[in-house]
Parts: sequence; C-alpha cells; structure tokens
Amino acid sequence: MGSYILKRLVSAIPVLLGITVIVFAIMALIPGDPATAILGSYATPENVEKLNRDLGLDKPAVQRYFIWLSNMVQGDFGRSFSLNRPVLDEVLDRFGATLVLAGTSFVLCSLIGVAAGVVSAARQYGFADKAITFVVLLGISIPSFFLGMMMILIFAVQLRWFPASGMWPIYGDRNLLVLLDHLLMPALALAVVATGVVARLSRSAMLEVLRQDYIRTARAKGVPERGVIWRHALRAAMVSIIPVLGIQAGFVLSGAVYIEMVFQWPGVGRMLVDAILKRDILLVQGGVVFVAACYVLFNIVVDVAQSLLDPRIKT
Amino acid sequence: MGVLNWTRRGVLAAGTALALSMGMQAEAQTPPGVLIVGQIAEPKALDPAAVTAVNDFRILMNVYDGLVRYKSGTLEVEPALATDWEISEDGTEYTFTLREGVSFHDGAPFNAQAVVFNFERMLNEDHPYHDTGPFPLAFFFSAVETVEAVDDLTVKFTLNAPYAPFLSNLAYPTGLIVSPAAVEQYGADFGRNPSGTGPFTFAEWRSNEAVVVEANPDYWDGAPGLQAVVFRPITDANTRTAEMLAGGIDMMVEVPPVALSEFQGDAFQIFEQSGPHVWFLILNAKEGPFADKRVRQAANYAINKSALVDDVLEGTAEVAAGPTPPAFAWAYNEDLEPYPYDPDKAKELIAEAGAEGAELTFYVTEGGSGMLDPIAMGTAIQADLNAVGFDTRIETYEWNTFLGEVNPGLEGKADMAEMAWMTNDPDTLPFLALRTDAWPDKGGFNSGYYSNPEVDTLLEEARVATDQDKRAELYKEMQTIVQEDAPWVFVANWKQNAVTSDRVEGFELQPSFFLLLDDVVKN
Repeated sequence: MGSYILKRLVSAIPVLLGITVIVFAIMALIPGDPATAILGSYATPENVEKLNRDLGLDKPAVQRYFIWLSNMVQGDFGRSFSLNRPVLDEVLDRFGATLVLAGTSFVLCSLIGVAAGVVSAARQYGFADKAITFVVLLGISIPSFFLGMMMILIFAVQLRWFPASGMWPIYGDRNLLVLLDHLLMPALALAVVATGVVARLSRSAMLEVLRQDYIRTARAKGVPERGVIWRHALRAAMVSIIPVLGIQAGFVLSGAVYIEMVFQWPGVGRMLVDAILKRDILLVQGGVVFVAACYVLFNIVVDVAQSLLDPRIKT
Repeated sequence: MGVLNWTRRGVLAAGTALALSMGMQAEAQTPPGVLIVGQIAEPKALDPAAVTAVNDFRILMNVYDGLVRYKSGTLEVEPALATDWEISEDGTEYTFTLREGVSFHDGAPFNAQAVVFNFERMLNEDHPYHDTGPFPLAFFFSAVETVEAVDDLTVKFTLNAPYAPFLSNLAYPTGLIVSPAAVEQYGADFGRNPSGTGPFTFAEWRSNEAVVVEANPDYWDGAPGLQAVVFRPITDANTRTAEMLAGGIDMMVEVPPVALSEFQGDAFQIFEQSGPHVWFLILNAKEGPFADKRVRQAANYAINKSALVDDVLEGTAEVAAGPTPPAFAWAYNEDLEPYPYDPDKAKELIAEAGAEGAELTFYVTEGGSGMLDPIAMGTAIQADLNAVGFDTRIETYEWNTFLGEVNPGLEGKADMAEMAWMTNDPDTLPFLALRTDAWPDKGGFNSGYYSNPEVDTLLEEARVATDQDKRAELYKEMQTIVQEDAPWVFVANWKQNAVTSDRVEGFELQPSFFLLLDDVVKN
C-alpha cells in the first residue's frame, strides 16, 4: 500500500509540471498585459513599457517561466500586484473560504445524493423513486448561478431570511451559527447539480447490486430489509459510487467559481476571476497551480480509498 | 420501514437546522453612525500614489488630504492642506503656504518636509522609498523639476515649463499627502497601513470583506458626522443591488441603469451627478470613408444619441455636444448644440462624399472603466449607421485586449472604435487625444489620427496660460473647431449615480466622481 501511494504521488509530478506550463502559456498568450490593465485609459506605449519594467515583465517569457517555477518550488509564489501582497498569503486566505463552501456542498451532495439514490433503488418504480427522479432531473437542469440568483431574490431580498452575500457579517460575533446562516444558500446552490448526478449514479449502482445472488441469499436468510440495503448492498455499491464522488469533488470545486461570484463568497474562485480581469499574472498562476495541486491530491486520496474498499484493485 | 424512518428523521433534522438559522434574523440592521458602502471591487492599496482606480479613490479621499481640493460641487480648486499659494509670473514656480497645526493620523506633524518627501518618493528614482511603488500616474507631475521646503510651512515647486493643469492635478488623488513616518515604518506594506490627515482614520482591512475607517475627531476641517465607514467590495452588480435591497449596505455606487427602478419609493434616495466624462466614437480620419470630414459629420447626424441615453442607458447619461464635458463649467462652451439626429442630412452628406454603402469596421468592447453599456450601445449605433447606407461590421474585444488594439491606433484595422474618458482637467483629454503630436506613434491617444494645426496651437497655448479666463476662451474655441471637424462621434456624458437608504443624510455626489463622506450622517 505504501509503495502504491508513493507511486501515485510521483506520477502526480509531471501532471503538476504540465499544469504550470499550461497556465503560464495561457497567461502569456491572452492579449492585454497587466500594465494596460493598471493604467487603463492612460496606457501609452511609453507608460506601459516603464510599468512593465517596474513589474519585471520585460524579460523573455521562457526566462520568466523558469524564474517563476524555481521560486515556486522554494515556496515563493511571488507578489500579487493587484492586491499588493504575497500570492501565497492571499491564496491560503481565500482557499480556506472555498474549502468551507465546497466542503459543505460536497458533504451535502454526498449524503443527500447517496441517500436519494438508495431510496430510489429500494423503491424502484414506486412513488418515492418517481418523485426523486423528477427532483433530481430538475436539479441537474438548473444552472447553479441562476439558482443562486433566484435564491438571493426570494430568501434574502423578499423574505429576508438569509443574508444576501458574504461569509461573515460586517458587525457582530463570528460563530458557527452566523457562518451557517451565510453558508446555507451558497452551499445548497452549489450542491444541487452534483447531488443530482450522485443520486442518479447511486441509484443505478444500487440496482446493479440488488440484483446479485448474495442479496437474494441475504433476504432468504431473513436479514431485515434495512440491513440488506444499508449494510450489504450499499457497501458493495460504494465501490462504484466513490469514483463518482471524486469527480463531483472536482465539479464542486470548479462550480464554486460561479457561486462565489454570485454570493460574493471571499474564496479562491472569485479571487481568480478578479485576477484574470486585472491580468494579475502571478496571482492567476499561483492560484490555479494551488487548486490543481489540491485536486490532484484529492484524486489520489480517492483512488487509495477505493483500493482499500475493493481488494480487486491492484495496489 | 427503516428507509423511510431515516428519511423522515433527516427531513426533520434539516428543517430544524433551517429554522434555527432563520431565527438568527439575517437582516441585521446596520448600526447608526456607521455607514456601510457597497464598493465595486476590493481596493488594490490605500497608497494614493500607487493606485489608479476610481474605486480606490473613493476610500482614499476620506483618509487623506491634498494641498488643494475641488470646491464642493465643482471642479475648481480651493485650499486644503495649503492655505494659500502664489504662482510666478512665468507660470513655472508655485509657492504654497501650508496649514499650521495639522498632524497625520500616526501623530507625525504635517509640514513642508512631508510634502517634499511625498513628491520625491513618486518622482525621484533615487529616493530611498521610491521602491514602494510603482507609481503609475506619476506622469501627472512630470512637469515638476524640483520640490523644496523653503521653511517649515512653505514649499516651492519648480516646473520645467508652464503647466496650467498643475493645481488641478494636485487636487487629484495622486497628489494626496501620505505620512512619511508611516511609509518609513511599513515600506512596501504602507498600502495596507495607510496614514494621512483626512477626516477618517484607517482602522482595519479585512481582505475581501471590508475596509473600515473611523472618524478623526481632530480633523482640521471639523470632525465628521459619522463614527465609522465600512467599505465592502461586492463585485457583482446584481448582488450589490440585492444587498442594498436587503438592507445589508447603506449606500451603493454605480447602480446599473436597469436596477434604478428597484429603488423608487421612500426607503431609498437616488443621487445623480454628471461628471467630467465623455463617451465617444473615435473615427479613423487617416484612411477609409472617415478621412472625409463630410462622412464624419454624417456619422454624427446618423446616430440617434437621445435614444441611446434614454433607452439604452435609461437616462443615466446626457447627450454630448463636443469633446469637453459640461462638468468643466468654466471651460465649457455653452453655445455648442449637439449634432441633431438627422438621417436625411447624413444621407445627403454621404452622397456628396460618394461614400454610399461604405464598409465600416467598428471596434466594440465588452466592458471597461466608464464604458457604460458598450455592447448594447454598439449594436444600436450599428443599426443607425446601417440605416443611412453604411455596412457596419462589429468586432468585440474584452477591455484590456480592446485597449491593446485601439491605443496603438486604428490604421489598417478599423474605421471606428468606442472610447470613454474621465479626467480632472479640461486639458487632459484633448491634449492627449486630439493633437497632431498625440498620434499613437508619438505616445499619445489620438488613435484616429485627427490633425488640425489650429487645434494644436489652441491646446498648447491653453496649457501654458496661467489665467483661467484666458484658458477658458482657448478651450471654448477649440471645442467649436473640433465639433465642426468631427474627429469623433460625440455621444454621451455619463451621470454618476448612487443610492442610499433613507437613514443617510447630508450626502452629495461630486462632479469629480470622488465619494466625500465627512458631512454625511446616518441615523
């Protein structure tokens, strides 16, 4: 097992290097440079050239890539010029907020999705199955940013049950309850699509398992239905559900970009959108590499978890 | 049945959690005396020499003072940290008498040495704190040759040539005075630990949540009416509107035109103020159909500007008559009438010039500072131009890309491009964008290659004239000529807007587009 984990970690290195090349190349290739973004209407060629020199952007791209890479390997992600602070500080600050949001959504979509799938499968073609299938289809079909805006309109502006945006209140205590108050709407909006996907795939995975001989055997032996479904069938079905959850984790993480914009959540997604608009090259690069590294790491964890659950997967 | 039991329990638990968090009363009345302002973005830094965005200026103007400032409701300068000044006969020496007994928020005294430090830091590459930059707008003061402290409360600026906009530039945020002691203490992090002399003292900056400033009870111009101001960055305009409607903020700026109707009624106040903004189309006067003055005039006649400002911009702008916005009251030529909407006249002129059916490439941007609603405006303009016989093709670019295409000049690429400028002096825009010496290859913004020696002379004379009446006369003459020559289609002057809740009193928008809060009260 140890060597399997090590092998997976080593194989992640070329992936990460590839990501650095791609994100650097994209930032170098998109038109518009930071100096133009900073100077706006005042971007004369002369001013742009001077500012680029001040920002160290006058060197050739290949040289800049290797400077950036070697600094990053040593833990120095550079300084964001649109926020005037170290990139890593900003990314870590913001990543915490994203983790809270995406993590909550992930837990929500896993629990609700798997539960809905199991109930659906256990009651195949029954009323509960049809109702769940309908709701799931609805959920998958609504873009999350639209759902978010509608939620704000109804629950914040009209009913005033929840705050419209932000992670913390401007005034007052910061406790779990206050956080939940701000978190509920964005986390739900972000979880809906993923929940639908998880529910559908859990349902089919469960149906597959429920048709197996050993389930019939368990029932014949008089194991209560509850035990058959939750203990025997679900455990077997988890082998096919876990990879789906792994993919949904990535989906939730990337979906956080829209939701953070709509709800002004101070996370890494909103940071990246702002940084791209301002052509804050180092912040975009650092942020993307950091998020990608987290995602790669998460995938390794999922694979390892799966190999633990299913001994047939060769370690 | 086990499964259903579980489901019921789950629903119950979720319902309880929901009820609990609703019970929190999310609406949270904002406290009296504390004004919460919805800003359009996170500020870059609170160092006035290092920033360029109006969004940042809105905070800075409340924390710092300059030597001079704009008189409320105008764009004319009046004393601030300087009580008085003298300009030498030849217009190259400005001697300021400084206000006595003023201290920075960190306790350091404000004096002539502090002023010298500020300008040296920005302009002198050998200054020990020049590395706290870059200072992108330092060229506002590129005419300054030396800054000397004559005595403790007298400071003298020597310019390399007479430069009339100098005082106005000093009133601009780039000219705000920072505490030298704070710069020495924090270095490159000064932008996050600002210290000035203004009505509000910096208290706290929580990244992506809020910048908090508190009242300075010792402010030389009288203590402010608020205890504190909280600037909240809410980048999404829809969310900002929702937050204002939900009561989470007391004031929002840059309300989208379509959202204004949401704020009718007693619970809100809407403010409007036209400012030194002009939205225009650059026409390529070097080649193609617009090389002919008649075709340029035809474009001015063909476009229905009232429909643009009333329907597309929902009344958030006024029709522009010429290159200078009316907000520069003293320099604005009142006699100019906008080109009327007259498609027949346009067709006539096009026929005269033999430009029927000319193909036009039109650069449109997706957004950008001061660009209002550029895509909707671009398509409306395209329709108007096609109605008089042009064949207009739009090319759309993202803002930074757009600037990269337009600023180097339209030659060989396009016949026209959208553009908008907000400036602080009637000199700036025409000097940078209408002179022959401002063609892109000479480092200016005259991307349409307009050239008229008369205009060049007028602008150069106006720049060195120190007498304001004389300058006004020159600018007015320039406007008449430029309107006739039509190097641009003059489209709109934007009216800045803001909404406050009914608890806010004493607020006024300024033509400078700055947000001044020292007289504001919140109940």
